[in-house]
Order: sequence, then structure tokens, then C-alpha cells
Amino acid sequence: MSLDRRQFIAIGGAAVAGMTLAPGLRLMELAEARSPEESVTTLQRWGLLIDTTKCATGCTSCVDACHTENGVQSHNRPATDPQWIRKVTLKDKQTGYVQNLPLMCQHCEHPPCVDVCPTGASFKRADGIVLVDRHICIGCRYCMMACPYKARSFVHEDTTGQKPHAPRGKGCVESCTLCVHKIDKGENTTACAEACRKEGHNAIIFGDLKDPKSEISKRLAAQASQQLRPDLKLNNGVRYQGL
Amino acid sequence: MAHVTYTKMEGQSFGFWALLGLFGAIVAVGLAAALYMEHNGHWVTGMNNQIVWGTPHVFAVFLIVAASGALNVASIASVFGRQLYKPLSRMSGLLAISLLAGGLIVLVLDLGRPDRLIVAMTHYNFKSIFAWNIILYNGFFAIVALYLWMMFERRFNDYTKPAGMAAFLWRLTLTTGTGSIFGFLVARDAYDSALLAPMFIILSFAYGLAIFLLVLMAATRGTGRELGEVTVNRLKNLLGVFVASALYFAVVYHLTNLYITGKHDVERFILLDGGVYTKAFWIGQVFAGGVLPLVILFSGLGRSRAMIALASVLIVLGGLAQMYVTIIGGQAFPLALFPDKIVTSSFSDGVVGTYSPSLPEVLLGISGLGIALAMTTFALKILPFLPQTLADAAVDPHSKTS
Repeated sequence: MSLDRRQFIAIGGAAVAGMTLAPGLRLMELAEARSPEESVTTLQRWGLLIDTTKCATGCTSCVDACHTENGVQSHNRPATDPQWIRKVTLKDKQTGYVQNLPLMCQHCEHPPCVDVCPTGASFKRADGIVLVDRHICIGCRYCMMACPYKARSFVHEDTTGQKPHAPRGKGCVESCTLCVHKIDKGENTTACAEACRKEGHNAIIFGDLKDPKSEISKRLAAQASQQLRPDLKLNNGVRYQGL
Repeated sequence: MAHVTYTKMEGQSFGFWALLGLFGAIVAVGLAAALYMEHNGHWVTGMNNQIVWGTPHVFAVFLIVAASGALNVASIASVFGRQLYKPLSRMSGLLAISLLAGGLIVLVLDLGRPDRLIVAMTHYNFKSIFAWNIILYNGFFAIVALYLWMMFERRFNDYTKPAGMAAFLWRLTLTTGTGSIFGFLVARDAYDSALLAPMFIILSFAYGLAIFLLVLMAATRGTGRELGEVTVNRLKNLLGVFVASALYFAVVYHLTNLYITGKHDVERFILLDGGVYTKAFWIGQVFAGGVLPLVILFSGLGRSRAMIALASVLIVLGGLAQMYVTIIGGQAFPLALFPDKIVTSSFSDGVVGTYSPSLPEVLLGISGLGIALAMTTFALKILPFLPQTLADAAVDPHSKTS
């Protein structure tokens, strides 16, 4: 095949334009929410923003929703019942000022539970979600010793009413999954955030910390927020306001 | 010194089988307790989501720490060339292996999924000190077995020193690893200290030697072998030095914490108002496990074998108290998540964790000791671990009686 000069310039120009634009187009494509078939990437980092000033006293909607969503059932034994999320009440020692907040796995960038797990059952997904692989958890509970937030529970007895998306088993450790099954379906929310929104409190916002256009990123960019135990430098995926 | 002759224990007497039967029964009860815990789930124990490691871990960590300490007697002979300790080396190696086995079996049987032991052996997260410990424990078995082989096989006796050196360095690493299981927990005020690793090494010296002395006195007495004053006195004095060092480390550990303002609350909890943990510390660890044995060992009381045995038993009990304070007391103290706030929740935030040992846990823990003693008793029958005599004239040509 032979090309004249006009054809050569046209094809060459198109190739150069393609090479210049393609990476940018590809990046834009990757930055969009992925489809369930795609693998998890570091282009996202999922997190929560919790506004303690909006968290209502006595309301446990987020806790109830989480435990319903994930099939976490109580055996009426508070000391050994698992709690993936809990309501914590704070009272200032000096002023008596009272605040409420939900506390769950903080989905650290540098999770101590992952560091100490002997088998690698505790792991962090590329998108920042910290999970337990129930196939290789041996139930040693070292992660529970290491977690600064007491975010994890040990399954102390047989489980009933399991959900297909949240397998649980006696003898393993478990914690908040950030509703990973919802994220992987592209629903972009968690049971706790959804329940809080339905209650009209809007104290919990879920979103992608790496997407500057997400509501969570905009709020974090515009307002003060903090992590729990920032001294440990774990870079939590869950941030708090109003503390 | 004269050539040492080692002989097996005859192991035909009623007493021998009765002893083995007793240890076997203790082990059987412990295994039944473990089965009960695993079948029902851990809610039937005293452990919960706040105190995740309980009595089984107290016994397991104590036995693992004592195992590395029991090897010291052999190390003193092989590495530091002290001839007096040479006849004791084989039993030192034996106790090191059996105590470690007892401790590890308890640890494994308390896992949520002990059936997944193979997973722990095949999946390693090398950032985890726990994973490193699994390698260190397995390596310890292999190295001490090799060390014993060098001691037993006359052709290989020349290799006893390098094997002993390797075992000595390995055991120091192992106990560093055990101490670091707690030392590396930055989130908990009672831990998070580099001092825990060397402290565990010193504790291992005392616990291991106390058990060694007890087993040695029982075994020589039970088999009608002479155990001379020279050997007993040397071990007794060494034990006293180790106990004093352990006390010293306890003082330094708490002084260091008292210097750090952020740790005042946890120190107050352990030393002053922690209830059972404060009692376990002062009465168990310090008085029964430290001061009282020191008085016995270094006073005229130490001339009596029975009193030396009593001191050794007290050191073991004090050691268990120390592990109780360290492991369970350390967890019971609430995590400091929100400074300057009174914290309440449905998950025991802001309050001292509650724990009371359940019977199955205690039985499982004690069975670890049963496993170690059953293994030791049986091994003394099948292989010549014990010297024919430890009479003063045999172990020390310069002794007055020779």
C-alpha cells in the first residue's frame, strides 16, 4: 500500500491526536464509577463523613439498619453479641456538653488489624475497604487486640438468618464492611447512611474521598473535620465533624 | 569432671503409671473443655468482645515463655561452658520442647477455628509478629531437637556448642517475639512498650528455671537418684538472681509508664484501683512471685529442699498472676478514644471490661501444663535424659564431699 503526502499527513495527524487524547479519555472513564465486572482500583477510596451535630440522641436507625442489612442478630447476650456499628455518647468532663455519634470500622489506610493478622485474613481492598476473609480467618482475635476503635466483633455462637451477601460464621472475626456488596452493585450508599437520611438527620454521608465532585469530598474541602485517634496516623476513611 | 552416665527411667512402677495417668486425665479433661468451647462457641467462656484473650492465653503465654527459659540450663553449659550444668542439659532441652508444646496446644485449641491450623501454617502475613512467632515456634522445636540429638549422639558431641549457640540465639528471638505480641499494640495503653520484649526474656529465665527445678527434684526423687547440694544450691541462687531481675524489670516498666502523663490512668488502674488486677499484681506477681521467693531462696530457709520447692511453686503462681495482669488487665482498661469525655455505649466503651474465668477455660489452661508434664514423664522413660547421679562428687570434683 502506498500513501501520498496528503493521506500521510491525515493519518499521522489522527494518530498523534489519538495518542494525545486517549490516556485522558481513559482516565476519565476510570474515574467514573466502575461496573460490577471491573476489578476494584485505587482510583476510588470509599469513606464516610459523620456530622455529630446532626446525630440525634436516642436514635439507633443506623445501627438497626446495618444489623438488618447484614443479618447481624443479637442473642440477648450484650457482652458477646457482635456489634458492627454502635452509638457512642460523649459527655464533656468540664462542661457537661453531650454529643452522640455512630462508631464503626474506620477503614484506615494503614489498618493495625491488617498489620497484625497472622494469615492475611484481615485485608484492605484497593478502594480502601477493610474486610475479613472468612475463609482464612482462624479466630485468633489479634486484630481485636490491635484495633484502636474496638470496631471488631468475634462471632461467639452459631449464626442464623445469614444474608447471601454477608457470610458470617462462628469462630471468625467480623466488622463493618462499608456495605461492600452495595458498593459493588454500584448503589453508592451504605445501610447506615441510607437509614440516617430517611430519618431526616443526614448525619452520615457516604462517598468517594478521591472524587473531588462527590458530596463527601466537597464537604471535607469546605469544612473542618477530624479523624479519631489522629495521633496514630492511620488516615481513616471515616471522618467526623463537630467533635 | 568424670564422664556423665545417663539412664532411662525404669517406668514400670505403679507410681510411674499413676503419675502418667494423672497427667493423662488432666489432658483429657482439658481436651473435653476445648471441645465444649468450640462446639458451643466462645460465649460459654468468660471471654467476650472486650476481653478477647482470657485464661487459656494466660496459661499458653506463660508456658511458651517458660519453655524458652527452661532451655537456659542447657545454654549455660553449651554456650557459656559451665560444666556443672552439663548433666542437666538434656532435661533442659526436653522441658523446653514439652512446655512449648503444652502452651501451643492450648493456644491453638482456643482459636475460633482450630480446624484451620493448616491455614495458619500455610498463609503468612510477614508484617504480623504473630506470623513470625509461628515460624519461631516451629523453628524452636526443630533447633532444640537437633541440639538434643547432638547431645545424645556421642559422635556429634562436638557440635553441641554450635547447636547450643543457635538454640540460645533462637530462644532469645522467640521470647522477643512473644513479648512483642503485646509490645506492638500501639492502641492500648497497657502495652505499646519496647520494654515488654526484654522483660519477657527476664521473666522466661525465672519461670523456666522454677519449673526446671521442680521437675528435676521430682524426677531425681522419684527415680531414687541422688541430687547433690552443689547442683541445687547453684540453681537456687541462679533462680534468686532471675527473680530479682524480673522484679527490677517490673519496677522499670511501671516507672517508665509513670513518667509518661498519658499513661497515668492505666498505671493507676493496675497499681491502685484495678480491683482483681491490682490484687493480682501486688499479691500475686510482686509478693508471692517475687518478694517471698527471694526471702526463701536467699535466707536460711533456702537450705531446705521443701522450701526451695515452695519458692519455685510460688514463682510459677506469681508468673501466672503476672500474665493475668498483663494480658487480661491490659485489655480490661478501656481504650482512650475520646480524651476529656465521659464515654458510654452499648459496647462497654469507657468502662473497665468485665471478665471472670470460666471452668472450661481454666481446665484447658491447666491441661497445657498436663501436656508438658505427661510428655516429660514419658520421654524420661524412653530416652536417657537424666544422669545416673547428680551427687556432689560426680558433678563437682572440688566439692567438699569428694
